[in-house]
Amino acid sequence: MRELFTMDMKGKLTVAAVFMVLGFMLSAQYRVTESQKSVRQERVQDLTDRLKAQEAENKKLQKEIEEFKKNAASRISDSELGHLHLLAGTTPVVGKGVEIVMDDSKVPTKAGENPNLYILHDEDLLRVLNELRASGAEAIALNEQRIVSTTEIRCAGPTVSVNNVRVAAPYSLKAIGDPKTLSSALRIKGGVVDTFQFWGIEVKITEKDNVKIPALKVRNALEYAKVELPKENPMQNGTKEGEKK
Amino acid sequence: MIAYALVGLVLGLVLGMISPFTIPPQYARYLAVAVVAGLDSVLGGVRASLEHNYDTEIFISGFFMNGILAAFLCFAGTYIGIDLYLVAVLIFGARIFQNIAVIRRLYMGK
Repeated sequence: MRELFTMDMKGKLTVAAVFMVLGFMLSAQYRVTESQKSVRQERVQDLTDRLKAQEAENKKLQKEIEEFKKNAASRISDSELGHLHLLAGTTPVVGKGVEIVMDDSKVPTKAGENPNLYILHDEDLLRVLNELRASGAEAIALNEQRIVSTTEIRCAGPTVSVNNVRVAAPYSLKAIGDPKTLSSALRIKGGVVDTFQFWGIEVKITEKDNVKIPALKVRNALEYAKVELPKENPMQNGTKEGEKK
Repeated sequence: MIAYALVGLVLGLVLGMISPFTIPPQYARYLAVAVVAGLDSVLGGVRASLEHNYDTEIFISGFFMNGILAAFLCFAGTYIGIDLYLVAVLIFGARIFQNIAVIRRLYMGK
């Protein structure tokens, strides 16, 4: 301790200067650390604020969507909208029509014959469907699966895939249209039903005054198809506008 | 003497707090190393004075050289992928505790 107390003025001042530098560094470091800490807190605050802002914007956009939907709906007349709903299969429909129930053949397979000929396949259903459409069916459902423009009828092992739902025999096809035309189109000589009966496949066609056809159960989000607005052809647009009115 | 040191320290602290000059956060760790080195030097100086071999020149040169060198080595270390910051903090930190221990013994032992 003696040296420290017996130091000359210059030594004392230098020691003071050294301590001053140390103090300066300490407080500078303290400030940096504090600012970093506050930066972290600010970040949390900032993120919370941003989240809130985004949520608010989300709500706003949601409202906008609803408004747009309302506007869009009002722009299309109710009858047109109904027509579109019918075509898209998004609503259940009722009306006159036929119900066709088909089941695999109960006739025992003869030896050496292909047993596949005695059961219903996707192709058979497609033939019936095609015949119904050709004779003016307006809405069709296969085993309560609405047939729309994107519907497939495809062999899926022992079942048939319709709207990505597997259905099995007995198949029940409901179609809305003129009952007479529909049933006679199917029963025409050499037609679908004729062929079925040859193999013993059971077909029962009943004309009904009140056929209920359900709506499409799953609406597939269209991923690739985009609406192309007719911008370059104002004439076409004009006629469409006219049609609406 | 102690009064001078304390006045210097307080003056430095106040200056550091009120000065508009701030260290960019990316250089904060170099300053941290320099601070640790400086603390080590100061405690070393106290210890030397207690052991009766204090020398102002050694004290001052040690204070600045250690601080600057430690900061520079850490800075250089980042360029060659070696985190010398930790090494410096470890070494100087260990020396600080050692110095404190020796100072305590010298006080008590006498």
